[in-house]
Amino acid sequence: MIATGQTLKAVEEVKGRSLWVDARRRLFQNRAAMTSIVILALIALLALLAPLLSPFAYDEVNYDIIACAPNWWPAEASCRAAGHIFGTDAVGRDLFVRVLFGARVSLAVGLVATLVSLVIGVMYGATAGYLGGRADTLMMRLVDVLYSLPFVFFVIILMVIFDRNFILLFVAIGAVEWLTMARIVRGQTLSIKQKEFIEAARAGGVSPLAIITRHIIPNVVGPVMVYVTLTVPGVILTESFLSFLGLGIQEPLTSWGVLISDGADQMETAPWMLLFPASFMAVTLFCFNFVGDGLRDALDPKDR
Amino acid sequence: MGALLEINNLNVHFALADGDVHAVKDASLVINEGECLGVVGESGSGKSQLFLAAFGLLAANGRAAGSVRYRGEEILGASPQRLNRLRGGAVTMIFQDPLTSLTPHMKVGAQITEALMVHRNIPRTAARQKAREMLDYVRIPESARRLNQYPHELSGGMRQRVMIAMATITGPDLIIADEPTTALDVTVQAQILEILRALKTDRKTAIAMVSHDMGVIAGLADRVQVMRFGQIVESGTADEIFYAPKADYTRMLLDAIPKANETPAPAGAIGTPLLTVDDLKVSFPVKDGLFGKTRQLRAVDGISFTLHQGETLGVVGESGCGKSTLARAVLQLLPKTGGRVVWLGRDLDAATGSDIRKLREDFQIVFQDPLASLDPRMPVGVSIAEPLKSLESQLSRQALRERVRTMMQRVGLDPAWINRYPHELSGGQNQRVGLARAMIVGPKMLVCDEAVSALDVSIQAQIVELIRDLQAQSQLALIFISHDLSVVRRLSHRVMVLYLGRVVELAPSAALYTDPHHPYTRALLSAVLSPDPRAERAKKRELLTGDLPSPLDPRAQLTFLKSRQNEPDYRPKLEQIAPNHWVAEHD
Repeated sequence: MIATGQTLKAVEEVKGRSLWVDARRRLFQNRAAMTSIVILALIALLALLAPLLSPFAYDEVNYDIIACAPNWWPAEASCRAAGHIFGTDAVGRDLFVRVLFGARVSLAVGLVATLVSLVIGVMYGATAGYLGGRADTLMMRLVDVLYSLPFVFFVIILMVIFDRNFILLFVAIGAVEWLTMARIVRGQTLSIKQKEFIEAARAGGVSPLAIITRHIIPNVVGPVMVYVTLTVPGVILTESFLSFLGLGIQEPLTSWGVLISDGADQMETAPWMLLFPASFMAVTLFCFNFVGDGLRDALDPKDR
Repeated sequence: MGALLEINNLNVHFALADGDVHAVKDASLVINEGECLGVVGESGSGKSQLFLAAFGLLAANGRAAGSVRYRGEEILGASPQRLNRLRGGAVTMIFQDPLTSLTPHMKVGAQITEALMVHRNIPRTAARQKAREMLDYVRIPESARRLNQYPHELSGGMRQRVMIAMATITGPDLIIADEPTTALDVTVQAQILEILRALKTDRKTAIAMVSHDMGVIAGLADRVQVMRFGQIVESGTADEIFYAPKADYTRMLLDAIPKANETPAPAGAIGTPLLTVDDLKVSFPVKDGLFGKTRQLRAVDGISFTLHQGETLGVVGESGCGKSTLARAVLQLLPKTGGRVVWLGRDLDAATGSDIRKLREDFQIVFQDPLASLDPRMPVGVSIAEPLKSLESQLSRQALRERVRTMMQRVGLDPAWINRYPHELSGGQNQRVGLARAMIVGPKMLVCDEAVSALDVSIQAQIVELIRDLQAQSQLALIFISHDLSVVRRLSHRVMVLYLGRVVELAPSAALYTDPHHPYTRALLSAVLSPDPRAERAKKRELLTGDLPSPLDPRAQLTFLKSRQNEPDYRPKLEQIAPNHWVAEHD
């Protein structure tokens, strides 16, 4: 039996073990990263299922239970609201639902803005790096100029011109984040361009566009993925910073940034209003960083 | 003469993710005082790990068991303090890569004296004096100035000499030289071996010479041990091993080496001219500092030749002679600064970018590093198919796959491996993939840029054989670039010797090897090592002294024509001394 199995194998095409498969195996062995992925998935699931998980709507105002603590709150509280497991906010809305709706916005902003920066940054950076010479200099000086625009000022101008708008937030953050991505991808491209297999592709008559898409981009994906997982928390923080300044999400919609900002005002009388959104955000950021770290180790085991 | 180092039943294991690797199996050896032991083996034979383990230098995941005695004292598992006193004092090491084994931010003098001050407790000024003497001993010119230079200011051969000086200055009993000349050019290799030989005879230092190259071992070793897969397969005196090998593996290693007296037997007949290169020039701008003047580094400085169908042209020269630049300029991978490249009567200057892409069906290249020249994220089948896909885009997926499978068979690869990745194959197999990728479009000319230099000798012989077969099948014209004269000899009809971007000698293979005219060719030939200990010991070498001059120096071209040194713009002319035998002017 064994002998036949072996001969069969020899005839069939051997399945290769790609670098991706190796990296996935190493990632799966990394306990901290895997735990983080599970926690992130849980938070995302909670956010998606938010309306099903609670009898309260996120914008349901109840003036009878303003800033009430949850029933189980251990410390002294002026009032307690039954059924509101995270308590209520300053206009009597259920905090649990609001934290989950905040997660929707924060995660969406984080992922979409990162995706926008990823697409623009990778294309731009890979092109600049591969072309080199004058084109590279011109393209990267443009990045430098954009870098030097003050970010908050830029957002305020956008807000004034286009009015406050959810989409604008994505655009504003994405427009800033892709600059760093482009720089990273350009640097990686420059080093990959020196490799012999790129020269081999040129000698094989492969067109420049095909070299960028088939050889350069797959080989920069590693460092880029790591940077992406570190960008998401950065974007979430930026959003909460903008919301904190009152430039972000508008009521009754909310985000973690808005919730934290509101909670900070009531920190002394109703600490749960700060505690719950802040801990959700902290755990999320923490997990993203762990995943990024795990990915880095998995994709580039030599540098560990 | 007592035993200096005695290793008994040494075993080395490495714990890897894929399981335990038994790198050295029950190895035993003895090195006597003042004797040179050669340890030969191909990559992965455990020859380096054997000595690293003996002196407690294994990587963190390695374990060693057995017995290692230095002058009767057990040192395996000795305290780090004891080992540190031993290493760098009585036992010193020289590694392969002289750049990575010197600290880049420390001046050469400081690095040499460091060992002396630590191990011999000598005051700084005396240590410096000693360091200077040592640099003179390893024949480094202007030793006083060199002490104040940083490693990157020295050439590779110079750095390796500094390493030897560092290893010798404490007056060790034993020097472990791990592939000390592998990264160096042949002429520099000959100089380094000369120094090691002197160490052995004048200072009675014992040397453990670890190498994959039988030639390196032949001239130096008193006794030889052959290693394979972690085991010592044969040991004996140098004469026994080289003239009466018993183990099959030893015999195979010796047979795989191209013999100096082997008659060149290039395959196939020579046809019509394919490629004409006329006064080709390539230079790179080099800037001196931020505001400095830009100077031109002339990597290829006026090379002309013609290549015929089915012919092999060997291109030989040391690193920096412009042989790779020449190949890339001919293949239109680098812009040239002057001259003409004519392919089948068509001047490539007139061709547009897309014309040249189409012409790539006709000329292909195989690179030196088999792993680096394949995209690590692509299965080998996709890599092989790539030129075909871009040059014959009308092919269906099925036809493409069929062509790849046939090609894989032709280069001796199992077509079942079509989905494997380069990191899953060995160096030799990857080089076959590189050959398959180049040959799949059916080129008329193939450039092999040091295509076998990174491979073990036995694999090297197989790849050379394969290239010869492919040539015989398809009337392929070959440009075979190598620093290794004996490999070039095996394949070439004509050989061109380059020196700093110019041809110094171009002749039919037989004439060049038996009757070299230019002094540089003669020096190259005499630096070639043969696996023949008696001949090696007796050999009188025409050594070049010092380093290759900088190609930025305008007078460098006149190294062999000193009489014209006051005319820096003069270029030595090629003169025909016999039919098809061209030699550059020299004194």
